[in-house]
Amino acid sequence: MDELIWKPAVELGEAVRSGEVSAVEVTQAFVDRSEAVEGAISAYLQVTADAALAEAEAADRRRAAGEPSSPYDGVPIAYKDLFVTKGVRSTSGSKILDSFVPPYDATVVERCSRAGLPMLGKLNMDEFAMGSSTENSGYGPSRNPWDTNRVPGGSSGGSTALVAAGGAPWTWGTDTGGSVRQPAALCGLVGVKPTYGLVSRYGMIAFASSLDQAGPITRTVKDAAALLGLAAGGDPRDSTCIPGGRADFLAGIEEGIDGLRIGIMPELESGEGTQPGVLSRVQEAYQRLEKLGATLVEVSLPSFEYGLSAYYLLAPAEASSNLARYDGVRYGHRASGAEDIVRMTSTTREEGFGDEVKRRIMLGTYALSAGYYDAYYGKAQKVRTLITRDLDRAYETVDLIACPTSPTTAFELGSRTADPLAMYLSDVFTVPVNLAGNAAISVPCGTSPDDGLPVGLQLIAKSLDEPTMFRAAHAFEQDLGWIHSPEGRPPL
Amino acid sequence: MPIDRAAVDHVARLARLDLTDDERERMRAELTHILEHAEKIQALDLDAVPPTSHSVSIRNAMRPDEVTPSLSPEEVLANAPEVEDGRIKVPRIIEDA
Amino acid sequence: MSTTVQDLYETTVGLEIHVELSTRSKMFCGCAVSFGGDPNTRTCPVCLGLPGSLPVPNERAIDYTMRIALALNCRIAETSLFHRKNYFYPDMPKNYQISQYDQPLGSAGWVEIEADRGPTRVGINRVHLEEDTGKSIHVGGSGRIADSDYSLEDFNRAGTPLVEIVSEPDIRSAEEARAFATELRAILESLGVSDVRMEEGSMRVDANVSVRRRGEKEFGAKVEVKNMNSIRSVGRALEHEERRQRAALDAGETLIQETRHFDEKSGTTSSLRTKEFAFDYRYFPEPDLVPFEPGDEWVGRVRAELPELPAARRERFAQEYGLADGDVAILTASKATADWFEQAAAAYDGPAKKIVNWIIADLFGLLNEAGIELADSKIAPGQLAGLVELIDSGKVSGKQAKLVLAGMFESGADAEAVARDKGLEQVSDTGAIEAAVDEVIAENADAADKVRGGQTNTIGFLVGQVMKKTRGQANPGIVNDLLRRKLAP
Ligand SMILES: [Mg+2]
Ligand SMILES: [Zn+2]
Repeated sequence: MDELIWKPAVELGEAVRSGEVSAVEVTQAFVDRSEAVEGAISAYLQVTADAALAEAEAADRRRAAGEPSSPYDGVPIAYKDLFVTKGVRSTSGSKILDSFVPPYDATVVERCSRAGLPMLGKLNMDEFAMGSSTENSGYGPSRNPWDTNRVPGGSSGGSTALVAAGGAPWTWGTDTGGSVRQPAALCGLVGVKPTYGLVSRYGMIAFASSLDQAGPITRTVKDAAALLGLAAGGDPRDSTCIPGGRADFLAGIEEGIDGLRIGIMPELESGEGTQPGVLSRVQEAYQRLEKLGATLVEVSLPSFEYGLSAYYLLAPAEASSNLARYDGVRYGHRASGAEDIVRMTSTTREEGFGDEVKRRIMLGTYALSAGYYDAYYGKAQKVRTLITRDLDRAYETVDLIACPTSPTTAFELGSRTADPLAMYLSDVFTVPVNLAGNAAISVPCGTSPDDGLPVGLQLIAKSLDEPTMFRAAHAFEQDLGWIHSPEGRPPL
Repeated sequence: MPIDRAAVDHVARLARLDLTDDERERMRAELTHILEHAEKIQALDLDAVPPTSHSVSIRNAMRPDEVTPSLSPEEVLANAPEVEDGRIKVPRIIEDA
Repeated sequence: MSTTVQDLYETTVGLEIHVELSTRSKMFCGCAVSFGGDPNTRTCPVCLGLPGSLPVPNERAIDYTMRIALALNCRIAETSLFHRKNYFYPDMPKNYQISQYDQPLGSAGWVEIEADRGPTRVGINRVHLEEDTGKSIHVGGSGRIADSDYSLEDFNRAGTPLVEIVSEPDIRSAEEARAFATELRAILESLGVSDVRMEEGSMRVDANVSVRRRGEKEFGAKVEVKNMNSIRSVGRALEHEERRQRAALDAGETLIQETRHFDEKSGTTSSLRTKEFAFDYRYFPEPDLVPFEPGDEWVGRVRAELPELPAARRERFAQEYGLADGDVAILTASKATADWFEQAAAAYDGPAKKIVNWIIADLFGLLNEAGIELADSKIAPGQLAGLVELIDSGKVSGKQAKLVLAGMFESGADAEAVARDKGLEQVSDTGAIEAAVDEVIAENADAADKVRGGQTNTIGFLVGQVMKKTRGQANPGIVNDLLRRKLAP
């Protein structure tokens, strides 16, 4: 079993295809491992092991018949609970959706199911993806397999904790301001925020619609490229999804980075409360990239420092509207005994939402309300333009931009919950990417000399330039060799 | 720009959140603090900068006018807290106070 | 209302009209658009606002909206955006309405109406597209929302495409408002984009009415009037409102900005809510939808496909058929009537005016009595033409024709068949009539002598006798001729 659970998903797919191992054996291994680690990491909100094993049996039958659904038919997966799943409770980490059983599947889920990926279950997250630690989950926090007194990051913390602990070969998270990349970095994994519009948002419970993107969480870059390839492509059910067929992100991934120009921002990254240990690992990573044939170019992105301010107006504003539907009328929690509709709705929402969600709804409602729109929401939209322009200008001289994913390594549970603003600062390097709609990946670059916890390197690419991003990340990962070494596995 | 209690009450009513007194006080302080951070962008001269509301350049996304199957009433009502005669029951409707 | 009062005050009315489009599927999902049906049977994750669902605009709805905007002489936006209008209401699944705000599809248009002050252009501020809500049934009390115990929600209507048309405050009287609503309805009907049935709610008219002293610069307090369920009620409600506001000003009262509900039965309005609570809809661009840039080609195609509009048709009716303005107005008030008339006129060889008379004087009466629309009647246009031809050929008299029409209206049969079945054919067979004439002359020798003696006024009595004998079926012209010939001095 040990051999199986640490194998990259792409290799598991090959092993199942060649008959070396059955889909049921693979799935059973992850079911067992999930069960063994769940007490320590609290990754799951719903376990669907029985259904997963039944799907694995079907995959084995397809293989026997010579009709596998995809190269990964029978390789199991799990989803952040923000993706709706037909017939399986989907809460987005909120008590207000405690009883909600969707009548339909998200496009990402539908496409992965069609590819034959058995679903192990639904994973913990900050409520409605609002947070950077999973401590805002309505169902208690998940824990980091590298140190269970620490957070796994967030909001896709359940999805990263599970993969890091070997409970699943890959999972889907979502990234609105860093919610895939930051927890991936804190758990020593690969996390991708694809170009906005590359993956359909249909069936993703919305947080901030103009920023939300689904993203793969894996142990290797190739796995991330493979998983993204299964779900990417136009979807007539999402108007903001870029039309077009699927792309093969594995093609050309081994071609190396000789001649690639990579932008760095030394001034910015040292000025944002970045931990020295994070900084030193990331700087080593730059040198490694250089050694691999890339040219480092200093770039200036003056608008980046306004990213957080803009993000924490835009995202709550959209969220305040997206979350208005949780009113106790058609589904989810309803407060009992209310005499009229206004009391019913207000009490339902007061009871059903956690503190952070209420805070952001209040903030967003305020930012949109009469008299403040221009000063807050309007200005933030213009900052968004500036950030996009700055990045576009940078891409004239570089192919990718590198920086730390998170200014810090995994922090202790409870250490930042008292100060919402301190928590928001985790997103300083990730948020501008969502505002511009660009692609980015977080790839592990070893552990911090300060605390022995994983550090992530972020590579940012222009929209739809995922191939270059994957190519660089893969070259770096292979040269570092960390993920395939014993050091690349958490002590859990 | 500090937020006063009246603003918190107004926004809570717009957002339909029946916050407790303690929560309102906490919210007042936290929102003030967060918005102070946002003051950073208040100082920028952005008059000549157009707003961005979408980062995709897609235009005219549409679907043909074709009927597709609806959910069954059972599926529609399965998640409803209260149902009567195939309709979803809600308490007396009043306007915002 | 005395003229002095009218001179003292000035009324200003702006109308806001919502029209449900008759597309096959809803605005943002594939659920069927339909009236009635079992509750919650035409809903899906999108129109129920389920978590994770996303809207995708219906192409035909965009097309229809452009059609409307162009017919109302609007400018089509180069870039048009959908916005979210945020407010809580239990029949609105997402608690925001996808609507349009500062970039509507159409703006700055006009409609010309015939007013007492002459042909008048009423400005169209905007034409925009949005989605409809579901329907609430209020249970307990009188069945109205105010005193109900609870409500029941049906989301079949939720997400039906809705076009909102807002006029400028260019309307000066209840009568002009009625004329505007009538013209607008006729235009929409001619475009084939909506059922425009006010009774069923597929066209809804709200009005903003204010009255001020003539010469004052500021508009009076704006009163919004709702629940006018027919064009006639628009007129009634606004007449009442005009009177009420003038009386209040006469009495030295101050009018307040408020929303009033029109009661069909009493013909009066009552206060629904005062606008002390200012709505704060927190409009912002809908992030789930991308901008629309219709472009010259698309706009050009829609413009080229516009059908003949009512104003053009009226002009053509006057010229082509030589009809008077009054007749034209009646015929073109509804597209169905105008179409029906044109088909009947095409099937008839004689002057169209004859067809018009039969439609307006007789057919409308029958429709009224039966309480149905022309489109729902059993008579086809060609059949009316057949009836008029029957009269022309002398086979039925004008009087008999009315009875024949009633029979056709009932059964849907052709004029000739009805006339035959009901024994309403006029006998023009001279032989048969001659026999009756001879009998009558023999039976009324005195009267016959008088006629022979030159008292020609007595001939009417004899004609009456022949008609009686033939049970009214003889052609009276022929009877008259025969009598005169046989009794010639
Ligand atoms: Mg409207
Ligand atoms: Zn629907």
